[in-house]
Amino acid sequence: MGRYDSIIVGAGHNGLVCGAYLARNDQKVLILEAADEAGGLAASREFHPGYTTSIAQSVSHFSEQVSRDLNLAAYGYDRGTTALPLIGLGASGKHVVVEAKSVQGVGDDDAMEYTGYTRQLEKFADALQPFWLKTIPRIGPGGLRDVLTFAHLGLSLRKLGKADMREFMRVASLPARDLVEENFSSELLKATLSWDMLTGAKMAPRSPNSSVLLMLYRLAEQSRGTHTIPSGGVPGLIAAIQKSAQASGVEVRCSTAVEKITVAGDENGLQVTGVTTTAGEQISADRVISATDPTRTFIDMIGVEYLDIGFTNRIRRLRCDGFVGKLHLALSKLPGFTGLDTPNARMIIAPNVDAIEFAYDDAKYGRCSDDPVMEIVLPSLIDASLAPDGGHVLSANVMYVPRALKGGWTAAAREQILNRCIEVISAYAPDIRDCMVHAEFLTPEDLENEYRITGGHWHHTEIAMDQMLMMRPTYEAAQYRTPIPGLYLCGAGCHPGGDITGAAGHNAAHEILR
Amino acid sequence: MVTTDRFAGERLKLSPFYPRQEELNIREAWSSWNGYKFAEYYYDVEYEYFCVRNLCGTYDICPMQKYEIKGPDAEAMLNRMVTRDVGKIGMHRVAYCMWCTDEGRMIDDGTVFRLGPDRFMLTCGSPSIAWLEKSSFGFDDVVVTDITDDMAALSLQGPTSYAVLKKLGLDGIETAKPFDIRVFPYHGSQLMVSRTGFTGDLGYELWVEHDLGLTMWDELYKAGADYGIQPYGEAATNMARLEAAFIMPDMEFNEALKTVHFQHDQTPFELSLGWLVDFRKPHFSGRAALLEEKRRGPTYTLTKLDIEGNRPAEGAHIYSNKRCNREIGYVTSAMWSPVAKANIALAMIRTEHLDGPLWAEIYYEKELRHHSRVVPCEKQSKPFWAPARARATPPPEY
Amino acid sequence: MSHYDAIVIGAGHNGLANAAYLAKAGLKVLVVEKNSYIGGAAVSRELQAGWKYSSCSYVCSMMRQAIHRDLDLSRHGLLLVPYLGTVNFGDGDERLFAYQDEEAAHLELKRHSPHDADAMHRFQTDLTRYSQLIRKTLMRTPPDPTSFKPRDIMELLFLAKQFWGLGEKQIYEYVRFFTMSAAEYLDDYFENDMIKAAMASPGIIGTALGVYSPGSSYILLHHVMGDVDGSIGAWGLARGGMGAISDAIASALQEHGGEIRTDAGVHRVLVEGRRATGVVLENGDEIQSRIVVSNLDAKRTFTKIVDKADLPDGIYEKAANFKIRGSSGKVNIALSGMPKFTGVPDNPYLNRGGQGFNGSLETMEKAYDCWKRGRWSDDPFIESVIPSAWDPTVAPAGQHWMSNFIQYCPPTLADGPWTAEKRDQFGQTVIDKIERYSPGFKDLIVHMEVRTPHEIENEIGLTEGNIFQGELTIDQLFFNRPFPGYGQYRMPLKNLYMSGSSTHPGGGVSAVCGANAAREILRDLRRPNTVPEDDFYDE
Repeated sequence: MGRYDSIIVGAGHNGLVCGAYLARNDQKVLILEAADEAGGLAASREFHPGYTTSIAQSVSHFSEQVSRDLNLAAYGYDRGTTALPLIGLGASGKHVVVEAKSVQGVGDDDAMEYTGYTRQLEKFADALQPFWLKTIPRIGPGGLRDVLTFAHLGLSLRKLGKADMREFMRVASLPARDLVEENFSSELLKATLSWDMLTGAKMAPRSPNSSVLLMLYRLAEQSRGTHTIPSGGVPGLIAAIQKSAQASGVEVRCSTAVEKITVAGDENGLQVTGVTTTAGEQISADRVISATDPTRTFIDMIGVEYLDIGFTNRIRRLRCDGFVGKLHLALSKLPGFTGLDTPNARMIIAPNVDAIEFAYDDAKYGRCSDDPVMEIVLPSLIDASLAPDGGHVLSANVMYVPRALKGGWTAAAREQILNRCIEVISAYAPDIRDCMVHAEFLTPEDLENEYRITGGHWHHTEIAMDQMLMMRPTYEAAQYRTPIPGLYLCGAGCHPGGDITGAAGHNAAHEILR
Repeated sequence: MVTTDRFAGERLKLSPFYPRQEELNIREAWSSWNGYKFAEYYYDVEYEYFCVRNLCGTYDICPMQKYEIKGPDAEAMLNRMVTRDVGKIGMHRVAYCMWCTDEGRMIDDGTVFRLGPDRFMLTCGSPSIAWLEKSSFGFDDVVVTDITDDMAALSLQGPTSYAVLKKLGLDGIETAKPFDIRVFPYHGSQLMVSRTGFTGDLGYELWVEHDLGLTMWDELYKAGADYGIQPYGEAATNMARLEAAFIMPDMEFNEALKTVHFQHDQTPFELSLGWLVDFRKPHFSGRAALLEEKRRGPTYTLTKLDIEGNRPAEGAHIYSNKRCNREIGYVTSAMWSPVAKANIALAMIRTEHLDGPLWAEIYYEKELRHHSRVVPCEKQSKPFWAPARARATPPPEY
Repeated sequence: MSHYDAIVIGAGHNGLANAAYLAKAGLKVLVVEKNSYIGGAAVSRELQAGWKYSSCSYVCSMMRQAIHRDLDLSRHGLLLVPYLGTVNFGDGDERLFAYQDEEAAHLELKRHSPHDADAMHRFQTDLTRYSQLIRKTLMRTPPDPTSFKPRDIMELLFLAKQFWGLGEKQIYEYVRFFTMSAAEYLDDYFENDMIKAAMASPGIIGTALGVYSPGSSYILLHHVMGDVDGSIGAWGLARGGMGAISDAIASALQEHGGEIRTDAGVHRVLVEGRRATGVVLENGDEIQSRIVVSNLDAKRTFTKIVDKADLPDGIYEKAANFKIRGSSGKVNIALSGMPKFTGVPDNPYLNRGGQGFNGSLETMEKAYDCWKRGRWSDDPFIESVIPSAWDPTVAPAGQHWMSNFIQYCPPTLADGPWTAEKRDQFGQTVIDKIERYSPGFKDLIVHMEVRTPHEIENEIGLTEGNIFQGELTIDQLFFNRPFPGYGQYRMPLKNLYMSGSSTHPGGGVSAVCGANAAREILRDLRRPNTVPEDDFYDE
């Protein structure tokens, strides 16, 4: 077996990406995964015999550079050629169809405005694009490289031109609602476009400060915010990364949960020495890189006795509660969506911006809305192997579902939200109940327990201005290094955050190799 | 209980000793400490000061914050919080400790009492429960309880203090070395005595449950009647502690969590308390920052000064020359020391100027005319007052 | 036809301050005001014989002492008195008293939570630190970050230096504070909901955000960064009501030779070739002026009194999108005696302060939820003060007037426009809530004036009744206020300036916006500056 250069805790996509880069630079890398297969939230999930999906249901801004560097195409990654249109489901089949460059189902004014709107946002996204794949340095003590990063950022913004730079500084902190209100009149369009500024976060349309930045992050890469489902579903992408990593010599061991990251201490201070698994095995390495969330990493796996008190407190206060539930339906046949030829799209159920806001209002008090809003895809339309012959899988992100439901997630509470979701869907797909073979609903608490993510949060911790950039997850751990020598982070809790992008894994690997 | 006092909510709390203190404080010289009504002095500051140096005095330490820290993780929790190695505190021993922010700035100082393998008492000047709560988060098995109001505590300081305790019948107290704790049965409960204090002299601190406070006071005063026992207040304490070169919050240091301006708080090295920082411990909160501070050297160093003349240098600025055109520090506490017959002070001086000449510019008043004078200062390496009896075991009778 | 060096539209306190500084520099200045009285939202009005209501703004803490002293406002009759002894009311019987004495305040907090009593030290330290930083920017014109002009670069460097002085970690903490919600920020310090609610309540006053909305912790700071004589967070009452502030500034203005014309609403700003040249009054009078200063809010200025055709492209749209949301109501009540509140000791120190009917964080947030839905809450957040306990001039002896500020009150209702009946129902909701805490309160009522955003807009001219002349969110703060590129008081038309709270540093009776605008105007006119450059308190 021998000693490893690096052990990575968690074989989510960021852990795999990080491992692959390290192995390509001649490190001996071991990735330990508690589940019986790699992928984390993107791992395949057979929620009913023959019916497979994953929590992450589509891919949008996966880093093209990572894809190239790791030669993922050679390992079977096919992004999918056609982007899923984003459809705002309207009552009685009057939908709004949003594509990269155009929008249908709205008035001429909105359609015209949409072009300018996307052009403007894409311009901003381009200015920020280089910084998602970079370490954001600390303010102050750094050397020339750090100063250059900030100078580069300043220059990027200045290069927008005076007017656009000013507009950027105004727009960057707008709430989703204000941004869409300023541009559009169709309620359905406004709600549909708000979705990607909010989903996954504890933010409502009226919440200022962070949603536009989240949107600009999602507009990175050539996909420009459009989503695809790769062949094999999202797990297909994971398989490719895993193969690439393994081809470079990474050892991936599943069904091996890490109990503790071991730390040795003497008068020279602390040093990470390896990990101990729940089975009691001790594996040593020069460094341990955690792809799990920061809370789990520091509080559970390291232990507070090795951390400063202020730092511990900041980790403890990270806002990690997820607000997205997951609905999976096993369908015997393809349900008919009123007014759609095929439901091969990302379909948003949110009739207007207020519907999203009001669903949030319930969740913030720990209640579940009776009128949930959601984003639906049917991955089996892309990859028929995800369901038995003729059958289909419906996968939906449901907002806002509190992790800590008042009164707890009892069987009755789950039943209620599940039923409400199906009722809501049946307004748009009347035969949905007839097609249903099986249904499951996963609350953030379920995601926490089953996928070992604190709070069940997609992004491991809230993507908000106070937990972004050189403050993600918190200062002193934001450059992938941590206060403990030999411990690094590479997961969604680092800059630039969650979603399936590979950026955090990439950045961490580069920081380690520096 | 129905209260008829319409100002009840705004009144200060009263110490369990208050009935006696009220009678003795004929000057009505009250101030406050941590919400308790507290004597600035009782009769006369200098009289009280000489009681402490010549006989013995009692000082009410009920308002001092006391926390019980208990459980299998208590030692680990404290060890990560304070800069000293708590593991090295023997059973029934006390250690003077400090704790710092992540940046190595001092939050507060206090004493840690080891009362059992898994049981400690921490005492400190200001409420610290929020920091203790943060410090104990993540430890499975430790409980922190504020026991301030459950206890009555009295400091007995001065050359006759040992004799008074003997008279009180505390057999075995003669074997108590400085920082030792002894526990005696007391009216069905316990009397805990620690050989600790804040005067630099021979002295003890006595701890009982709240309801026994008055009994203890009375018995102590009875035992001490022939040994000149007197209460002393904040003012005399401040004199005694300055002679012993002990630091005071709001004088020598700002509590870091209450400091507005960047680095206007202090590090242990700035306070010349580097010896309290045990880098042999692999980790404690602030270690990395303190290591860096030690490497770089502190910006300021707290220095004991013997100043020419007799005019106390309160608030004086320190210069590197007599022309006073290069300011290198400032005096934090100063007084005329009656025992040392010296004009003493503690001063924060920029470390790089420590070895050079030190001049103090002193402002003073003579019958309403205001004057200033520039005088040379001499650094002292030892406390201004450190009698052998304070360390002798058994201590001399008086 | 008369000709002036400067015309200021709107005799609100900022407009008056602006005019006063221009007059002090020797300019011939006219202030035109649509109402028959001056002061805008800083007024004292005798709506009931014997009672003087500060019918809009009611307390003040941001009034800069540098301006107070510089315009000699004390001689012109202004006395600001800090008040103390605020009582916070919980949803039920809980009360939290704000005692002046540090020890007493600590014990009172300790009664609710020992942890929070300790944490309060750190909270106040941190808040003071943030206040001190932001106060340094108040009396300065924001730099244009896109500009390479030496002045902008120097100003940016000044800011960078101030930030740098915080130390690296405090820079991050500052960003956190600036962008988080009040409720989540307070979670860093406190565990007791009653204490959190009391601390969070300034975070929602006047804004269309809730305690859980990101950005509300900045609003909190905006309300507590002021001071009375250097005591940060203290609030003051103006003797004679808030109108005394406007009157004193007006008196200073007149002493410097400035003129004020009331009942003179502006119909249009005269523009020739993208250059403001004067105004046309509603009565048809034309007044020429070298420069025109609008003290109206940005939206009103560019959508009501400047012709769209006269504006460069895009400005009208910027103004139309300017966020100025009505969210507050005001109920002014004349009382025949001092109300007694349950659970509050009857002592003269406590009953001379304010009342915060905060309830809990959830109560406040639910009131916000109602606002979003175009309703008012049955259980609104009310911040009350009884100025007559301090000020003998505002009510007959032995009788009192109570100012009640309500958050939230929607500018438009979901079920149709505001009517007198609905307005009164809103007022009834407020007195019902107070009656809950003060049985018999209703019997003390002599007269009552209810102001919803509808009344505030119609009378004072604040669009939607927004008390800040525009939301205080990052997109509308500092160099973004009112619009990016126009953060230096100069507006898109040459010779047109703005001096109201729509400009940096925003709302509050501070006189700073007007003073800063005057400094920029004098600079453009190449006149010696008459405006103080900075506050004189060393922090």
